[in-house]
Amino acid sequence: MSSAAKRALLAPVVDDNPVTLHVLGICSALAVTTSLVPSLYMCLALTVVATLANTAVSAIRHMLPNSIRIIVQMTIIASLVIVVDESLKAFAFETSRELSVFVGLIITNCIVLGRTESFASKNPVGLSFLDGIGNGLGYSVILILVASTRELLGAGTLLGYTILPQVADGGWYNPNGMMLLPPSAFFVIGLIIWAVRTWKAEQVEKPEFRIHEVHRTEAL
Amino acid sequence: MSEPAQKSARKTDTVVGTLLVALVVSLVCSSFVASAAVLLKPRQVANAILDMRRNILEVAGLLDPDRDVYELFDGIEPRVVDLETGAYVGGIDPEAFDPAEAAKDPERSVQVPAEIDVARVGRRAKHALVYLVRRDGEISKIILPVSGYGLWSTMYGFLALEADGNTVADITFYSHGETPGLGDFIAKLAWRELWRGKRAFDQSGDLKLQVVKGRVSADDPLADYHVDGVSGATLTGNGVTKTMQYWLGDHGYGPYLRNIQRGEGI
Repeated sequence: MSSAAKRALLAPVVDDNPVTLHVLGICSALAVTTSLVPSLYMCLALTVVATLANTAVSAIRHMLPNSIRIIVQMTIIASLVIVVDESLKAFAFETSRELSVFVGLIITNCIVLGRTESFASKNPVGLSFLDGIGNGLGYSVILILVASTRELLGAGTLLGYTILPQVADGGWYNPNGMMLLPPSAFFVIGLIIWAVRTWKAEQVEKPEFRIHEVHRTEAL
Repeated sequence: MSEPAQKSARKTDTVVGTLLVALVVSLVCSSFVASAAVLLKPRQVANAILDMRRNILEVAGLLDPDRDVYELFDGIEPRVVDLETGAYVGGIDPEAFDPAEAAKDPERSVQVPAEIDVARVGRRAKHALVYLVRRDGEISKIILPVSGYGLWSTMYGFLALEADGNTVADITFYSHGETPGLGDFIAKLAWRELWRGKRAFDQSGDLKLQVVKGRVSADDPLADYHVDGVSGATLTGNGVTKTMQYWLGDHGYGPYLRNIQRGEGI
């Protein structure tokens, strides 16, 4: 694998992660991560859409009129999302009901349109394909981390299997109900971003301004 | 690694080219979406039916993970009931009758009067689909579809009554949007078990079934009709109470259940 290909595939996982670095795709990361199973399907759905959309846009990039390029990309993404949504309803009925509108909302997920516009419309098909998978993986890593934390602390289970037996069922674990509500995902994602930026200090953004104290006499 | 920008070099950057690309993209995408929808439709319909039957079997206490849902469902008899008279209707095929569809048809539905629409049902079909569970030819359970507004949205479920048309056998809510970790207790087994053996109507036929605030106290004279609520989710509990009030009331299954109680429901 060439270094460009490796970069397209692996950079979005940590170094250029769409969720922690670009802070995109937060809406679905909050909504579907109460438990692990729907999150895994969501990751799969987003990865498929991002990969196919990138490939399709890249394949027609030389024919794409500049004035309608965004709407064409949206049309392709929307078609893919509808097909993925319908497939989930046919093959994973239970999960598709839990995910409800959030599969449909992949259309508005900034990660997908962001990659087709900034990468696939300027790069060859092979690299765009890998970039789609890479960004899907980057999103998936974060979703899986958040969902595991929330399901474990909120319900004491992982993938539906009991890990921490709840007090209500005769165990010892008193579940943290807040973990099942959307705000907890903000905290968990925030903590992940903090951890990643402590590990990779180059991801820390420069402050836009600094507050510095001025002594009264200086101000006069 | 990116290619040089070639904005002006593209042949399609003309009006005709733009229209042509738009047309081709629309055609390709729409046929892609349409064929997927058509090809997947039979599977989706089968899933929806399977899911509905599984819910009915569960509330009937007949669900057995080792056995086929369709085979188990043979033991359940769907019947169409005229809600106004409470009598069974012969002319409608229960297999083909869809109450949700009928509720949209002005001919086949009625508007629930605002003053009794405590469960915010809105319009409902004139007929309802009930499911009878028979054991050795005798009716052993009656399963009634119910729906009503909880805290956030409409909750859909089934209430299973024993053959007396009064004692609760089970309740399920298969679709609801109540708060995770609080109001979603309505779908939990531990809470469903509290319903078993409760009674809906007292001796004089008045509806007494309700979800109370907190636990039912031991000295509650109506303990037979009261079910524990969950503190912090009072409005969900109230929603369930109102759902029962409407559907077991005179505008709901009331007339039908009185027929059953008189032994006319066979």
